[in-house]
Amino acid sequence: MLKINNLHAQVEDKEILKGINLEMKAGEVHAIMGPNGSGKSTLASVIAGKENFEVTDGSVELDGEDLDEVSPEERAHKGVFLSFQYPVEIPGVSVTNFMKTAINESRKAKGLEEMPAKDMLKLIREKSELLEIDRKFLSRSLNEGFSGGEKKRNEIFQMAMLEPKLAILDETDSGLDIDALRIVANGVNKLKSKDNAVLVITHYQRLLDYIVPDFVHVLHNGKIVKSGGKELALELEEKGYDWLKNEATV
Amino acid sequence: MELKDKLVSSFMAFENNVDVENPVHDIRTEAIKNFETKGFPTKKEEAWKYTSLNSLRKIDFSIFPKTENTIEYNDVKQYFLHEIDTYKIVFVDGIYSSYLSETTHDGVDICLMSSALTKDMYKPVIDVYFNKVASKEESLTTLNTAFSREGAYIYIPKNKMPKKPIEILHFATGNEASLMLQPRNLIIVEENAEVQIIERHQSLTSNNVLTNAVTEIFAADNAIVDIYKLQNDTAGASLIDNTYIDQKNKSVVKVHTFSFGGKLTRNNLNFYQNGEYIDSIMKGVTILGEKQHVDHHTLVHHIEPNCESHQDYKGIYGESSTGVFNGKIIVDKIAQKTNAFQQNNNILISDKATINTKPQLEIFADDVKCSHGCTIGQLDEDALFYLQSRGIPLKEARALLMYAFANNVLESVRIPELKSRINALIANKLGVSLGFDL
Repeated sequence: MLKINNLHAQVEDKEILKGINLEMKAGEVHAIMGPNGSGKSTLASVIAGKENFEVTDGSVELDGEDLDEVSPEERAHKGVFLSFQYPVEIPGVSVTNFMKTAINESRKAKGLEEMPAKDMLKLIREKSELLEIDRKFLSRSLNEGFSGGEKKRNEIFQMAMLEPKLAILDETDSGLDIDALRIVANGVNKLKSKDNAVLVITHYQRLLDYIVPDFVHVLHNGKIVKSGGKELALELEEKGYDWLKNEATV
Repeated sequence: MELKDKLVSSFMAFENNVDVENPVHDIRTEAIKNFETKGFPTKKEEAWKYTSLNSLRKIDFSIFPKTENTIEYNDVKQYFLHEIDTYKIVFVDGIYSSYLSETTHDGVDICLMSSALTKDMYKPVIDVYFNKVASKEESLTTLNTAFSREGAYIYIPKNKMPKKPIEILHFATGNEASLMLQPRNLIIVEENAEVQIIERHQSLTSNNVLTNAVTEIFAADNAIVDIYKLQNDTAGASLIDNTYIDQKNKSVVKVHTFSFGGKLTRNNLNFYQNGEYIDSIMKGVTILGEKQHVDHHTLVHHIEPNCESHQDYKGIYGESSTGVFNGKIIVDKIAQKTNAFQQNNNILISDKATINTKPQLEIFADDVKCSHGCTIGQLDEDALFYLQSRGIPLKEARALLMYAFANNVLESVRIPELKSRINALIANKLGVSLGFDL
């Protein structure tokens, strides 16, 4: 589904990704771990198409299609979803209205009619129950005055609504207490299927107790320095990142 | 002929049509003298540094419409707040249209300035209020005073509140190639009374229209006054809106100004706090494109202690549009414990757009809280990416962010139907349809 070949990316002449190779198949969950500043969030943003990162070499392919030149909204229409580490506040636009706009813009791009209001409401009800979101919450302005946990839960709610093919969760566990973490992880697990894939980006192993990855990759200084199974995450939790940094320099 | 000369010579023709024995006419005569001496303001004056009237002065405006024009309700229905019941005072090319209006004398007076100025029963009120807060020095205000004859007259007695909001609408038919209009409004809200007023100037063609309006508002003790100015006129229409507000103890006056259109718009909004525990609130959303120009000049004069003023103006400037915000706050020496806040935030969405923003604080008291802030920026790239990553195209994403930027001003609109009307105007101005009522 996702194929990243020798990806190099820079921002303002500073190279951050220095040759990433990664392949994900439908039905798989991959985790990317790594110390701060290793390029994790940059990788997430580049896959989602953020324009101030310049891809200088290599490629990102989704289902065999090179995504270079594809705008962020078109990537979303093709099924890429990024859960943000810092979701943006949009005063005056309710969660419900925001989701209506997002879903209908996607449908418009695919040549479909707008979703009928009653189907939309049904979908919203179903997905908000999945994330244990209160109805009142949906009429609040998007992310405005939300706690850190509410913002993250709302991100996963959006993911549930949009049903992406490839979901990238960027530090979704940060700012979550254990109960919220469980709800969010439970939501992600219920959305997992043989047809979609999830890329979990995290600094800590904690989230991976709940969303169990098939593969774990360690990113350091813009490169994947080690890949393995889920036990690699536990090893990192125990030993920290330093041994890998040393290994990488050797 | 230069517009000034034409206006001065038209005054004699005007005198043939009004009662020159009426004491009001002495006020007009004084006013035309002042205008004749001063003429139109020029860019040499500090208050007009960024707004030039030069091109307007060269247009050969008709000072009075040649014929009485009528229009059908269906042609202008869209400009009314037709979803709810309202009182309506409607003028077509400056002349009252009884056909389109709905006035009342049932407990409150919602009617015409021409009646108030000429009928004996209104004389005591006119003697006390007419031209009492409007400037006798500022040339455009005196120009309006000189020609004052028609407009809205609203009198809300003690403890009263009209059953529904009042709309004041001025239509220009375009039957004249170029028409100048000078409506004069007087609004008196007595103790403990309340009123909501929506004002709109609308040209129906792209012909030249220049409106030089003066509105005097008197808010007595505990009065609550809400004014909404909707400025979304056509490319040939210019507006100079002079509003003067006199407030007494514990009154609350709120003026919202929504500026989305027109060629040149100048808002002179003046508050005089003649009492204690007064609140004066000014809010504005300006969204401009093309070569549109809007100049907001506000003045709050804190004359007595323990009062507040709040100003919050948001501006979004695209294409070659230009904006001005000049907020003047005067705090007299005895006006201790004044709280005066002023905020002006702007987004430039084009390299050719310009905004000039200037706070002007003259504080003579020593125990006051005054704050002012102005910002000029662009749309946040991270926020745009967030919306795009949800599948929302760039244009719609930009519109949503602009809407969010202006939101806290919209939030304080107290008439829901008006709020959704303004939302629709904004969506239209931003060229988007978001699939929901913003």
